[in-house]
Amino acid sequence: MATDAVAVKRSAGRRFAGLFYGRPRLQVGSLLAAPMAWLVILYLGSLVILLITAFWTVDPLSGSVIKELSWTNFEELVNVPVYREIIWRTVRTALLVTLTDAVIAFPIAFYMAKVAGRKSKAALVVAVLMPLWASYLVKIIAWRAILAEHGVLNWALHPIGLHGPDNGVTSVWLVMSYLWLPYMILPIFAGLERIPDSLIAASEDLGAHPFTTFRKVILPLAFPAVVAGSIFTFSLTLGDYLAPKLVSNEQFIGTAIFDSITNNQPFAAALALVPIVVVIAYLGVARKLGAFEHV
Amino acid sequence: MRLSKSGKITLRVVVALVLAFIYIPLLVIAVEAFNSSRILKWPPPGFTLSWFGKALENESVREALLTSIEAGIAAMLIAISVPNTIALAVGRRKFFGRDSISFLVVLPIALPGIVTGVALSNTFTQVLGISLSLLTVIIGHATFCIVVVYNNAVARLRRTSGSFEEASADLGADTWQTFRFVTFPSLRSALGAGALLAFALSFDEIIVTNFTIGAGEETLPIWIYRNLFRPKELPVVPAVAVILIILSIIPVYLAHRLSSDDTGLTPGRGGGATTTPAGIAEAEATAAH
Repeated sequence: MATDAVAVKRSAGRRFAGLFYGRPRLQVGSLLAAPMAWLVILYLGSLVILLITAFWTVDPLSGSVIKELSWTNFEELVNVPVYREIIWRTVRTALLVTLTDAVIAFPIAFYMAKVAGRKSKAALVVAVLMPLWASYLVKIIAWRAILAEHGVLNWALHPIGLHGPDNGVTSVWLVMSYLWLPYMILPIFAGLERIPDSLIAASEDLGAHPFTTFRKVILPLAFPAVVAGSIFTFSLTLGDYLAPKLVSNEQFIGTAIFDSITNNQPFAAALALVPIVVVIAYLGVARKLGAFEHV
Repeated sequence: MRLSKSGKITLRVVVALVLAFIYIPLLVIAVEAFNSSRILKWPPPGFTLSWFGKALENESVREALLTSIEAGIAAMLIAISVPNTIALAVGRRKFFGRDSISFLVVLPIALPGIVTGVALSNTFTQVLGISLSLLTVIIGHATFCIVVVYNNAVARLRRTSGSFEEASADLGADTWQTFRFVTFPSLRSALGAGALLAFALSFDEIIVTNFTIGAGEETLPIWIYRNLFRPKELPVVPAVAVILIILSIIPVYLAHRLSSDDTGLTPGRGGGATTTPAGIAEAEATAAH
């Protein structure tokens, strides 16, 4: 009896599995159905709704949302100088942070990939990775303690007669460069690892100065990896709101979105489209530069 | 690469400076946690362990900790049950729309977190009419946790050879048996690592949480954020921050062990050492986003 039941069950299972045999479309379809539903309906759906909401407005008297399409929010974004300034300040900071991180990250990534021995390489990878998992919020708080009036930085700079940055764009640049640095180091490291040592050796054997080898061989090959890293540093800076909120008094796109979400959700939605558009444009450039094989 | 002695020394100094830059802020917050003074003043006048005691005694901290663990586990469970199938489909089969699916899955990573936060909060409150609660937080977390588990699984699939599955089919296994006895065992540790990373990510997430959480609830990062502006609890904040760091590093450490431990059915295509530090580093970096 029992064996019969197993046999029946098995054959049913086999028959079900057999349904998929030689039907790749059905296989793919059934594999994708549930997860796609989650991502498409919830995530993409929300993005679409966000786009629509951006065209709604809020009744200034009652504060209720008027669900009719209008260009009001976008006109405000373009015409009010404050918002233009906020957008430009954010994009500028994002570019500056990206550049800073690239400059800081390259030497350490290079050392990890091409100079360090096996053991110290593994140790360095862990050393760079670990802080990524220390809470992002905690790191910002740490910087608050460093940049405060009676904080670490002013204490260290006082003997040489200097004063740290006040709560302005400089603080945000510093904190963001700090926060996203590992995202730049790791892709560059991975990109440099992929460069065969023989290419570098060949350049050296042909008599190139180390600097020439670096400029003519290593840098061109590693550049797509730098661009890959820059996607993270750029996009993360563009949308961040906690760092500007906690270490500066300046408004950035993120803080503006955060501040308007409670009172004017449609306007927050319109503002949120700005980083989306900028990031998509940036991704387009990055793709041209060959960064996508490195993400 | 052959470098001159001075070149090597310069490079070492730069590396040391960068590491100092990375670790000094973490050190500062750790020192602040032991600061005996009630205000943040550097250097601390003395040291004490009492803030940790106060943090653990604090009812709202304990509640926030439990909420964070609850959210982390729920988001992780959703994430591991959902995305491995995407990874299988994208990693193994060629089909129409494969590129758009990989793109769709990376989108929650490529777009700034605030966009995810605003979009979800907007959908919940304006369209679905759901009030924000722990449930909406979990749904938000699951959305990016899916991507983390997906990345880990795809990285593993790329490193393993499809010929095992062909061999299994040649030996007469049906589709389900091949999945059960060949594909799944080779993915298991990658999924485990992905799950742990997903938990860690959810555990200290604040960007999306801030937009999707109800007024009455607090995860641990939200507790920290709200109490930064309340003088009464401010001295406890660094101690809670240190606790948060330690609790979120543990699952990551375990995940790292799991994904480095590439034994069993996973010889790579290129042969030899397949789990290069670079491969692991990349997978984890995108995960941490």
